[in-house]
Amino acid sequence: MNAPLSPQTAPAATGYNFAYLDEQTKRMIRRALLKAVAIPGHQVPFAARDMPMPYGWGTGGIQVTAAILGSGDVLKVIDQGADDTTNAVSIRAFFQKTANVAVTTRTAEATVIQTRHRIPEKPLKAGQTLVFQVPIPEPLRFLEPRETETRVMHALADYGLMHVKLYEDIAKHGHIAKTYAYPVEVEGRYVMDPSPIPKFDNPKLSMSPALQLFGAGREKRIYALPPFTRVKSLDFEDHPFEPTRFEAPCALCGATDSYLDEVVTDDRGTRMFVCSDTDHCEERRADGHRGLLAGDDLVDTITREADVERDDGAPIVPLP
Amino acid sequence: MYVSVKGGEAAIRRAHRLLADRRRGARDVAEIVPDQIREQLSLAVDRVMNEGALHDRDLAALAVKQARGDLIEAAFLVRAYRTTLPRFGASRPIDTGAMAVERRISATYKDLPGGQILGPTFDYTHRLIDFALASEGETPAPERLDAPSGDGPAAEIPRVTELLAMEGLIEAEPESDDETAVGDLTRAPLRIPAGRDLRLQQLARGDEGFLLALGYSTQRGYGSTHPFAGEIRIGAVEVDFEAPELGFAVPLGAITVSECQMINQFAGSSKVAPTFTRGYGLAFGQVERKVMAMALVDRALRTEELGGAVTAPAQDQEFVLSHADNVQATGFVEHLKLPHYVDFQAELALVRAMRAEHEARIEAEFLDEDGLEEAAE
Amino acid sequence: MPMPIPISTPPLLEARGLTKFYGDRLGCRDVSFDIREGEVLAIVGESGSGKSTLLSLLSGQLPASAGEVLYRTRAGEIRDLAALSEAERRFLFRTDWGFVHQDAARGLRMGVSAGGNVGERLMAVGARSYGAIRAKAEDWLDRVEIDPTRIDEPPTAYSGGMRQRLQIARNLVTAPRLVFMDEPTGGLDVSVQARLLDLVRRLVADMGLAVIVVTHDLAVARLLSHRIMVMKQGRVIEEGLTDRVLDDPRAAYTQLLVSSILQP
Repeated sequence: MNAPLSPQTAPAATGYNFAYLDEQTKRMIRRALLKAVAIPGHQVPFAARDMPMPYGWGTGGIQVTAAILGSGDVLKVIDQGADDTTNAVSIRAFFQKTANVAVTTRTAEATVIQTRHRIPEKPLKAGQTLVFQVPIPEPLRFLEPRETETRVMHALADYGLMHVKLYEDIAKHGHIAKTYAYPVEVEGRYVMDPSPIPKFDNPKLSMSPALQLFGAGREKRIYALPPFTRVKSLDFEDHPFEPTRFEAPCALCGATDSYLDEVVTDDRGTRMFVCSDTDHCEERRADGHRGLLAGDDLVDTITREADVERDDGAPIVPLP
Repeated sequence: MYVSVKGGEAAIRRAHRLLADRRRGARDVAEIVPDQIREQLSLAVDRVMNEGALHDRDLAALAVKQARGDLIEAAFLVRAYRTTLPRFGASRPIDTGAMAVERRISATYKDLPGGQILGPTFDYTHRLIDFALASEGETPAPERLDAPSGDGPAAEIPRVTELLAMEGLIEAEPESDDETAVGDLTRAPLRIPAGRDLRLQQLARGDEGFLLALGYSTQRGYGSTHPFAGEIRIGAVEVDFEAPELGFAVPLGAITVSECQMINQFAGSSKVAPTFTRGYGLAFGQVERKVMAMALVDRALRTEELGGAVTAPAQDQEFVLSHADNVQATGFVEHLKLPHYVDFQAELALVRAMRAEHEARIEAEFLDEDGLEEAAE
Repeated sequence: MPMPIPISTPPLLEARGLTKFYGDRLGCRDVSFDIREGEVLAIVGESGSGKSTLLSLLSGQLPASAGEVLYRTRAGEIRDLAALSEAERRFLFRTDWGFVHQDAARGLRMGVSAGGNVGERLMAVGARSYGAIRAKAEDWLDRVEIDPTRIDEPPTAYSGGMRQRLQIARNLVTAPRLVFMDEPTGGLDVSVQARLLDLVRRLVADMGLAVIVVTHDLAVARLLSHRIMVMKQGRVIEEGLTDRVLDDPRAAYTQLLVSSILQP
């Protein structure tokens, strides 16, 4: 995003245009993005292309990233909060190959962050862009399967049904039983699916200095939250939205304010909880934070066995 | 182990190397070349061209090889390649009336101008495994009749629907209109309700199995269309391209297509006299099953336009068009393989909490009952 | 029969020359009438007489071939229903109007609890307190004689009569002024019917509702309505005060209808 958005020469090795998509396609996607930014939370149809990754594996996010990426950008790709999950590795490698951009695992260094299912723990800054991969962009989809009807419901802000669902949860379970893809209301107007991020991350959506873009390739929709957009998680006055909280700190870095993955460590069901945001966890450990279960030995073991190396053998995850 | 759920670039690289090895199979068997696939597995190539939405026999054959014979995977490869191709424009509409017919049959007339031409068909073969194919041996060349004299096939093989149209028994073919651009669902997002041009495009790219099942369902009462196979014709047609800077059409070459015109009963409505209606199927190569199913579904999707009530899945535009694309479908089904542990973690915590509440409630009820019994004693 | 409503108040809804053709087939032709708050109008006739078509025209669910329906909004404006935007039409439907279907499955969300069914309209117009929504739903269940402890059960767990009463509660919770009813007692046992009619009559009187009820059952019309319109083959062949029409039918067809049921 930080380089001029003009046609750029392809990296010689691939024979494809910069960032894979041709410039006409990028222009089409940028037009959709502009419209999406102008109407926060509104789903803008766009002519998603067939991509060399399967539908449902981030084709929407990849097309958005391809459309906004410039040669001066620094890209970070995460899946489930981690830089070294298979699909994140694959997407990062794709842009390294087709756009030859600098990549990083550090949230603070990235200008464009493509993500699946998480928002980084470190608060984002102005100038950063977060690109979400979205499987089902329609928050009303499982209440009303018809696009023709949900379109009218959005147009008329006819959202009673959405609250019926939340009412039913409270009546049945005593609380709203939605733990991820928790629907939000944007600037008091559109109800939006924040993609399947855990509701833990929902508060980060609101008033973020960063630009947040959402791409759904299979469903051919783009939507956006411009910086400093008010985003409210749907709830009732007497049953307010509550983000998930964890009882234990991260076993590796001791963080008490991060989203934790549960890790089963043996076949007797022993578990430990560690940060899902690997960059956050590593940075904290580099700063000297230590969790209860992890000494430096375990950290070393994990890093070695994770086998995270690039083709040239350089480690992709900076060691603490 | 903690690390076992995370994958690295090296792991992916090794997996892909193993994949290449499995694709090659035992090294003492000669490696298949794309030419062999193109020539000897030509129906697989045809299917990949259709679902990959690109007419290129060599590329499709290569994709079949690369995909180890997985035709949806091969179509996917072709689609992704197609995305990167520049677009110069659209060809002139092909004229299937001027087809060099290799096969042409009609189920509605025993004999008709141009005759029934069986061509290369599986019909009437007994489906007995031919063990002779397992051994070497040359296949004899087909018998050839002397080419009929005359002005060429176009004049001799009129379309069956034209015969009906002469009597006014079938709805008029929609006027072809050069002014209105035909929609392109690869360049503009599909909006429902979609016009017939876009519907037919989606069906032509759609999964053969899905269309077959839908077409079949209309025959079993889920949105019956009372179809007759008016005509199926397969053969080569010329493709002409009108380059804007030239101002006239230039031939690009010939491609083989299959076309099916279904003729469907229609009782008429308040405005329209009883007449036959059309369901249409057209696709690359010899894909008879595909175009027949396509024609059934096309007609079923016209239910609303013809004043009928939409009750069956095959008549439901939004359902059919949203789910016909197998590249989309396979991606989304298979994305369930991707890690979901963030979401699962959230669900895990919720289910645990709900189970704890449930147990507490049961226990409380149990205690209450105890209390009552004690009080009664 | 309930007491007639004085004619001095302005009409809530006015139909003028309503006509509907389905292609060449006549749905209904040249129907005119008006209805005031507190008034119950019964539209009676056999199936195919055009009464269901008329109900769909009146409630803005079908466009008319000719004629118009005027409605007086809460703000006092007289609006032509055909000129309402989709947003206004939906807003009317979830605030000022109710629609009770013969088939409860069409009027209820069968997979949603009774409380959710009753609360939906409240949430649609912005209610965001779970406790208040639930309290109001409980109150309404009680008013339609459903045990409020069954608030969390879905309609599938209810009997036919209870489902109809739940539909009524779901419709009345936003205090509408006009309720359409399409054969509300159809398919119910006689004793269940009587209880439902009794309930409706009481609610109509308490809330001052205007009700347009379509029925083929003259007993329902007699118990509920102030006025009757008799339809045959798409036309209104007789109309008047319920007692007058039922006790002294003028059209031969109405006489036939009346003579075919037991007199009270």
